[in-house]
Amino acid sequence: MQWETVIGLEVHVQLATKSKIFSGASTAFGAEPNSQACAVDLGMPGVLPVLNEQAVAMAVQFGLAVHADIPEVSVFDRKNYFYPDLPKGYQTSQMYHPIVGPGEVEITLDDDTVKHVRIHHAHLEEDAGKSLHEDYHGMTGIDLNRAGTPLLEIVSEPDMRSAKEAAAYLKAIHSIVTYLGISDGNMAEGSMRCDVNVSVRPVGQATFGTRAEIKNVNSFRFVERAIAFEVERQIELIEDGGTVVQETRLFDPERDETRSMRTKEEANDYRYFPCPDLLPVVLDQAYVDHLREALPELPADKRERFQSELGLSAYDANVLSASRSMAEFFEEVKDVCGDAKQAANWVQGEFSGALNRENLSIEQSPINARQLGELISRVIDDTINGKAAKEVFQALWNNQGKNADEVIEAKGLKQMTDTGAIEAMIDEVIADSPAQVAQYCDAEPEKRGKMIGYFVGQVMKASRGTANPQQVNKLLKEKLDAKL
Amino acid sequence: MHDKTLTQLAAALQNGELSSRELTTHYLQRIEKTDATLNSFISVTTEQALSQADAADKARANGKTSLLNGVPLALKDIFCTQGVKTSCGSKMLDNFIAPYNATVVEKLNDAGGVTLGKTNMDEFAMGSSNENSHYGPVKNPWDLSAVPGGSSGGSAAAVAAGLTPAAFGTDTGGSIRQPASFCGITGLKPTYGRVSRYGIIAYASSLDQAGPMARTAEDCAHLLNVIAGHDTRDSTSVARVVPDYAESLNAPLSGLKIGLPVEYFGDGLDPDVEKAVREAVKVYESLGASVREVSLPHTHYAIPAYYVIAPAEASSNLSRYDGVRFGHRCKNPEDLIDLYKRSRDEGFGDEVKRRILIGTHTLSEGFFDAYYKKAQQVRRLIRQDFLNAFEDVDVLMGPASPTPAFDLGAKKDPVSMYLQDIYTIAVNLAGIPGMSVPAGFVGDRPVGLQILGTHFAEAQLLNVAHQFQKATDWHHKRPAFAEETA
Repeated sequence: MQWETVIGLEVHVQLATKSKIFSGASTAFGAEPNSQACAVDLGMPGVLPVLNEQAVAMAVQFGLAVHADIPEVSVFDRKNYFYPDLPKGYQTSQMYHPIVGPGEVEITLDDDTVKHVRIHHAHLEEDAGKSLHEDYHGMTGIDLNRAGTPLLEIVSEPDMRSAKEAAAYLKAIHSIVTYLGISDGNMAEGSMRCDVNVSVRPVGQATFGTRAEIKNVNSFRFVERAIAFEVERQIELIEDGGTVVQETRLFDPERDETRSMRTKEEANDYRYFPCPDLLPVVLDQAYVDHLREALPELPADKRERFQSELGLSAYDANVLSASRSMAEFFEEVKDVCGDAKQAANWVQGEFSGALNRENLSIEQSPINARQLGELISRVIDDTINGKAAKEVFQALWNNQGKNADEVIEAKGLKQMTDTGAIEAMIDEVIADSPAQVAQYCDAEPEKRGKMIGYFVGQVMKASRGTANPQQVNKLLKEKLDAKL
Repeated sequence: MHDKTLTQLAAALQNGELSSRELTTHYLQRIEKTDATLNSFISVTTEQALSQADAADKARANGKTSLLNGVPLALKDIFCTQGVKTSCGSKMLDNFIAPYNATVVEKLNDAGGVTLGKTNMDEFAMGSSNENSHYGPVKNPWDLSAVPGGSSGGSAAAVAAGLTPAAFGTDTGGSIRQPASFCGITGLKPTYGRVSRYGIIAYASSLDQAGPMARTAEDCAHLLNVIAGHDTRDSTSVARVVPDYAESLNAPLSGLKIGLPVEYFGDGLDPDVEKAVREAVKVYESLGASVREVSLPHTHYAIPAYYVIAPAEASSNLSRYDGVRFGHRCKNPEDLIDLYKRSRDEGFGDEVKRRILIGTHTLSEGFFDAYYKKAQQVRRLIRQDFLNAFEDVDVLMGPASPTPAFDLGAKKDPVSMYLQDIYTIAVNLAGIPGMSVPAGFVGDRPVGLQILGTHFAEAQLLNVAHQFQKATDWHHKRPAFAEETA
């Protein structure tokens, strides 16, 4: 039987506010355990939450970026359950009236086709703390630094049909939130976490199969792997005559499998009710409009502009618009050198290659966009040739010079443009290579083009790479052909 | 000294007739001598009180003129006070030293108030007799065999017995007004949102409100002046100008329109209480007020609606007492579930457990719509009843409680205890302000007249109460107990 996979994602995005969603404590990552938890975060008797306006603004910005309805009123609810790292015994979330209504995200698939994934809603909530089970000799440590960190939970419709689409969707969300600057998107630090709802059904069947929810899927790669495993498990189960039960499963990246955590019957009754300590959030149109006007250019718009205005291919436009930092880097390189295609080639080629090799982010790059743009300018204006440019790039990367001109000067890489000097070198090479010259002259005319390479190489060597290869080629041909 | 009202004592301090240290010492000695009998305090903060008194005397010498500077006060043990045990009347928090001050406490400290200690209360403010305290019941100074009312029973008894000039309580369903009525003192529950709830241990967040309990309306006006106002730490506190509540106390009452809700004079009302209340209304007529009957037709739904909403919020508010971070933790827990179960089982008393169970049930899947949602709809109707009435009249009057203080141990069945709050509970559901003012006795047990106003009408309520107190002397009556220990 042919099976179709149906996937929906719940993505938890940690918002990059300075302080927590309901308290003034810092949200910085990596501090000493419990050093960033104030009385409110600890759920001390008598404390009250106060909503962080920045978190509201960020949620609305996300909603606007995915063309969502922004309801005038949203309400915080309490989700009640006991857990040691949940200090109040409830999580303040939004169950019935979320801050962001239905919207839509564009994803680009491998074949550069575009698909739309619908957003069901997105809501604000507070994160819990962390339970630490290692290094406590059988006891559990509780770190509440993360408790109260603002999260935006983005819930998609079950619109994805493959693991690749799910990964593309997650990348699109990542790209949108980092473009907006509302999250650092750092998955390793847990700034973006993902729960995946997966079901399978025979191709052509209209109703959905029973779904499993996979928790703890915290990288683009894991999303694909968890779905692949889960789809296979469900198909095997059904083909062997079993039925999929609605349950929560945990993805174990080390064993590359999902395991049952709890079934529907064991699920908590969270006893949601409106939080009486917080007023409904009422957003007036002017506030929303103001945020709309301040939105940056978003990935989908950038991709479109890179193609239509700069003449880049769909592929190049997609890669270069994938992250805001990449797009901004590229655009600055392009502005400095004035040539979009050259800029695109360099950013995706030499530059990205070097970053990948050393496992660095763009922000950590030892070479900045201005330096790279100036380097490309020197290629465009023929100051250096392509080979020398790579050497200059490497030197700048290794911090051996402030800018391209300085490196070119220091290393003497400036292209020779003095025809007389080049001609002198050519004459010398021809004089030193009588055998090769004879071969050249005896060869069939159509083979001579290839044979000239030897002479070009010798001249380039003599010029220590600084001669303009096209010029050398042209002059050599004239001089050799004169000997025929 | 303890015969004087807070306003008189403040004037004496201001005149230099006495120092805060003298005054504070006097009250501390009275507490020392008599509170073993009354049990109105859970903690007496002697050292802190004396150092606050000295600081106030010094500040006065340096020109500080705030009215409350150097005045001794007591706080219900529900207000978090930094460095002081804040138990909320519960074994669960018997070991809890609050690491911060409630906004009310901060404001009192800034005004130079002296805190004598923390008063007894029903556990987590759940009760109408102060018998649900981990620290034992409080006795009514008018009759040691009677309850002082609850949940702010310790505060009411301490004021009535002259152990403090004034105290602060909280009122979720009548917890200031009913004990004020039982103990023959004046108590004010402000409009919901008038006083910050920050640092007040939550029982039912949408109903809780702090207010003053003192001898006179004038005292209450001065105290409300200090604690009222918007607080950025409490989103439900209202950003609205705070008037000087003492300024309008003497406005004449001619033309005042008083409504008597027919539902507050029906079955179950003690005839002697009714008589005292109707006598009080006559006093108002003699002051130029007109009186008419009004109806609050949804009154009989108030108790059922309250006992859905308040326990629902409480079940959630009290989830934080899990034995993990603070409060009581059971010995040698076997695992996490055992830690939760035993810590909560050992730490909470029966009434608290009962309300947590009710609240957990009414919020459960399948019951939420029938209970919680319905109760919220009823709440809106109750609020509307009051708003309709206030279109025709300025204030409403009636009894604060259907009976005078009952005997300790008299109410064994929870529902009969819940019915005690029949005249006070709707006020919290509507969010309006209310007062109880001494208006007579049944035997030797006081009767309170309840006065209700529309949202943010505290100034008017205080004016109406003050004019009554100028015309009567019920508020000057002292229990024999207070005199014997003088």
